[in-house]
Amino acid sequence: MKKQTAQRLRRIVPLIALAVLARGAMAADNPKDPFEGFNRAMFQVNEGIDVVVKPVAKGYDEVAPLPVKAVVGNFFGNLYDAWTAVNNLLQGKPGDAASDAGRVLVNTVVGIGGAFDIASEMGLTKHSEDFGQTLAVWGVGDGPYFYWPIIGPRTTRDTAGWAVDSWADPVWGLDEVPVRNSLVAVRFIDTRAALLPSDKVVEEAAFDKYNYIRDAYLQHRHSAIRDGAREKDDLTN
Amino acid sequence: MKALVSRVVTFCFGLSMFVALPALAQQAAPDALIKHVTEDVLVVVRADRDIQSGNTKKAIDLVETKVLPHFNFQRMTSLAVGRDWSKATPEQKKRLSDEFRTLLVRTYSNALTAYRNQTVAYKPLKFTDADTDVVVKTEILQPGNKPVQLDYALEKQADGWKVYDVIVGGISLVTNYRDTFRQEVSAAGIDGLIQMLVTKNRQLEAGKSADKK
Repeated sequence: MKKQTAQRLRRIVPLIALAVLARGAMAADNPKDPFEGFNRAMFQVNEGIDVVVKPVAKGYDEVAPLPVKAVVGNFFGNLYDAWTAVNNLLQGKPGDAASDAGRVLVNTVVGIGGAFDIASEMGLTKHSEDFGQTLAVWGVGDGPYFYWPIIGPRTTRDTAGWAVDSWADPVWGLDEVPVRNSLVAVRFIDTRAALLPSDKVVEEAAFDKYNYIRDAYLQHRHSAIRDGAREKDDLTN
Repeated sequence: MKALVSRVVTFCFGLSMFVALPALAQQAAPDALIKHVTEDVLVVVRADRDIQSGNTKKAIDLVETKVLPHFNFQRMTSLAVGRDWSKATPEQKKRLSDEFRTLLVRTYSNALTAYRNQTVAYKPLKFTDADTDVVVKTEILQPGNKPVQLDYALEKQADGWKVYDVIVGGISLVTNYRDTFRQEVSAAGIDGLIQMLVTKNRQLEAGKSADKK
């Protein structure tokens, strides 16, 4: 399924890119977003996909009782914590890495395969690190901003980071294809469901949803790279 | 006679406490203030089915009474507008702040209607009496979801600490508008930006009855 999608994307992406180029160079007045025309086209594609995905996520959110949703979220969160530990180590934060590894151990053994987040209750803070953040710590800059089909906004660096994250992803690495696909689908819907509450906020706050999401994404990433510490020029322009 | 005097003194003392208390509350430490206001608001939201089912109007009323007195909208607007702020006349600044305030209150209220059963954790704040600008960090906790960082930037003013920025997951609700606003000012001037905000607020106001999806 992944291959098929990839093949299809390989065919679609150049077509859309061509269509966008044919419309003439779109206003590229934002230096962070030189491919705005392409990105806006992809944004529309995803808005189209979301017409189908959102009702499914809503259904899941309404039908599944809170404990079930918590177990699902904890399970995937626990798988991800291991990768966070690796990235913290790569970023030169052995203390955090050890704490994350401890989380995985506790939640897998005591939390029954990650179903319960016992570690958080014990005071082991959950971190969230990915390879894009690791690259940033190593000194790789953002690069141009992109909006991809399905996966959404990524800077150039974070696109590379995402590729490595996917490679390391234990779910995508499963040999049992039906199990793998079901898990990928459940995780996708769970992720989308978690975003449901922010839909209306963004919808009403934004003058231009594409711009609002781009600027929010960039702010969010810069904050994540600095582990939440504030940027000096945040407020001074 | 002595008893009467002492009773009068006690009474006056008691009265002065009542008068003084609100003033004291305004001078409360910034982290205590955030906690107090947040818990105040959550108590109402937890008990109000209308707000939970997306009644933005009711949430706005709540925000207007409980939250607004602690916000500095002029400062927020100047941050959102950025460099162009200095080009605006006092009258334009006033109009910009009023419109931006309406928009932000709605955004904040919409976020409240998304409340389910999260809890808020308050991070301890290290600050001294000399500090006039602090960030109070809180965390929204929900089972199965990653915690969401919710930070408030406050500055000290004569009448107490005032919030001038709200930062969700590293995203400032204020500066996130900066690029959009700058583009509008360079295209249509400060008046163009005011008009853009007015139009937006009118649209949201008009769609109020329709937005109960």
